[in-house]
Amino acid sequence: MIRDTGLSAKLWRIAIWAATAVFILNLFGMIAAVVTNSFATRWLGTWLPLGYTTRWYVAAWNEFQLDDVLIVTFQVVFTVVLVSGLLGVLAAYALARRDFPGKRAIMLVFLLPLLVPPITYGIPMATVLYRAGLAGTFWGVVLANLVPTIPFVVLVMIPFIEQIDPRIEAAARVFGASTFKLLVRVLLPILLPGMLAAMLLVLVRTIAMFELTFLTAGPTSQTLVVALYYAVFAAGVRAGQSIDAMAVIYMVVTLVWLVIALRFVNPTQIVARAKQEPAH
Amino acid sequence: MSSVPLDGVAAAAGIEEALPLRIKLAARGLDGTTLLVLPAFLAIVALFVYPFLYGLWLSFQPKDGGAALSNYVRFFSDPFLYETIGTTLRIALPVTIVNLLLAVPIAMRVRLMRRQRILTTILVLPVTLGTVLVAEGLLNYLGPQGWFNRSLMWLGVIAGPVKLTNNYWGVVASLLITGFPFTFLLTLSYVTGIDPALEQAGAVHGASARSRFFRIVLPLILPGLAITFCLSFVQAFAVFPSAVLLGAPAGPTRVISIAAYQAAFEEYDYSLASAIAMIMGLVQFALVAAVLAGRRLLYRGPVAGTKG
Repeated sequence: MIRDTGLSAKLWRIAIWAATAVFILNLFGMIAAVVTNSFATRWLGTWLPLGYTTRWYVAAWNEFQLDDVLIVTFQVVFTVVLVSGLLGVLAAYALARRDFPGKRAIMLVFLLPLLVPPITYGIPMATVLYRAGLAGTFWGVVLANLVPTIPFVVLVMIPFIEQIDPRIEAAARVFGASTFKLLVRVLLPILLPGMLAAMLLVLVRTIAMFELTFLTAGPTSQTLVVALYYAVFAAGVRAGQSIDAMAVIYMVVTLVWLVIALRFVNPTQIVARAKQEPAH
Repeated sequence: MSSVPLDGVAAAAGIEEALPLRIKLAARGLDGTTLLVLPAFLAIVALFVYPFLYGLWLSFQPKDGGAALSNYVRFFSDPFLYETIGTTLRIALPVTIVNLLLAVPIAMRVRLMRRQRILTTILVLPVTLGTVLVAEGLLNYLGPQGWFNRSLMWLGVIAGPVKLTNNYWGVVASLLITGFPFTFLLTLSYVTGIDPALEQAGAVHGASARSRFFRIVLPLILPGLAITFCLSFVQAFAVFPSAVLLGAPAGPTRVISIAAYQAAFEEYDYSLASAIAMIMGLVQFALVAAVLAGRRLLYRGPVAGTKG
């Protein structure tokens, strides 16, 4: 690579790294403030709290009924992951292997939910779910979360399936494999790494998906992030430390899955969904 | 596509009807495998396309009767409602531009790094944690007794604490924290796509770093930056949880999504809420269409150098 050695180039380089450092410092400062506060006995007007305790975690766990909330969260998230994984991979297979009239229109339908922000389509969608009597229920929340996740799986899986040689399937056919056997014995083992990556990304995104769950959840179908929102919204009712203890629990839940996901995917894949967009 | 020769042969032989429909469809790419797209497609139609069209229809059916357009007339005649567009733009546009202006030079530098993964992992944190957690964290961190104000006072930059929460700046800060990594990672993927040989050629011919950037790199990444701008703007325009938790949702940060939410879930006027959601979509679409129209004027070709 080209290296500039002039003074202005050096200053420029320092300025860029300083900007990056300031950003990361503030990011970690924010996270550390939440963690510190969740362990604080009393923290007013000083750099650090006067003492440390873990009782806020017990308090938060009981006050916010976190055992129920966590069970609901994982039920919702895993249902969403399985359903969107199944439907998404099937659709991606068809779109990767066949060229048919109307394919561009179908691709557009899959692209739109990823480009339009959830709150924009969430309100009409929640209205429809309320009219159908599904909003406020477990399945209403699952259905709402399928809207961004199915297209996400489709767009992640299409390039993955396209790189698999179709002659492998042809060979299986020649040797007399039925469609079911072809799927289970040939395609599934090849597709598994890609599916795993796509489903982990869906999992991380669904745990953090606030808007759609917020608009469709009822009292018994809240996920952790929605419960956290209500706790912060009604701050003052409860001790700030107890809210932050809940925030730390939420962070741990999210980060555990993020660390697992990062073993299989590149961090940029979590946000860089625009790359699949047609280049024109 | 094999459909043309097949049709030709069939027509010539005069046996077109004799070919089973299944084979004719298969020749056009429609067979059992193609049908696998249907479950996912129908799910999106039922949960995304239909609600959107239903919302559009509903927005023309005012709750208390009246003319079809009365929701839209009400929106644009009530300052409490129409001013939300300006409020949202005043938050979303500066944030998007600042994010983009920061992302480009940092991405230019990071692309030279060998260990990008550590940095990208750190930056993906706020995106993964989501806006609600960032809002809760910043409430404490940026608060009058928070570490941010304390550090600035300790450094002597400010005399007393600056109010950074429950106002415009709190929302801006939260959008910077969650929006910058998003913008940066998209920008980085465009910047790393450029063949380094192009810049080296420029350097060989004596171009300075500045002119290499403005004459070679920038024209190549501008189309990508236009897309990045659109995606980042649309995200920022839809700001919701942090505008409520970290802003002043009754006044300076009463963004359009709050107006839509209140109409739907506080006044139970789904018709007006749908109208506001449609207006929100239209504003986003208008800005994106304008940027993409400008993008058509730019160079959009290969960013890899040619061989030889």
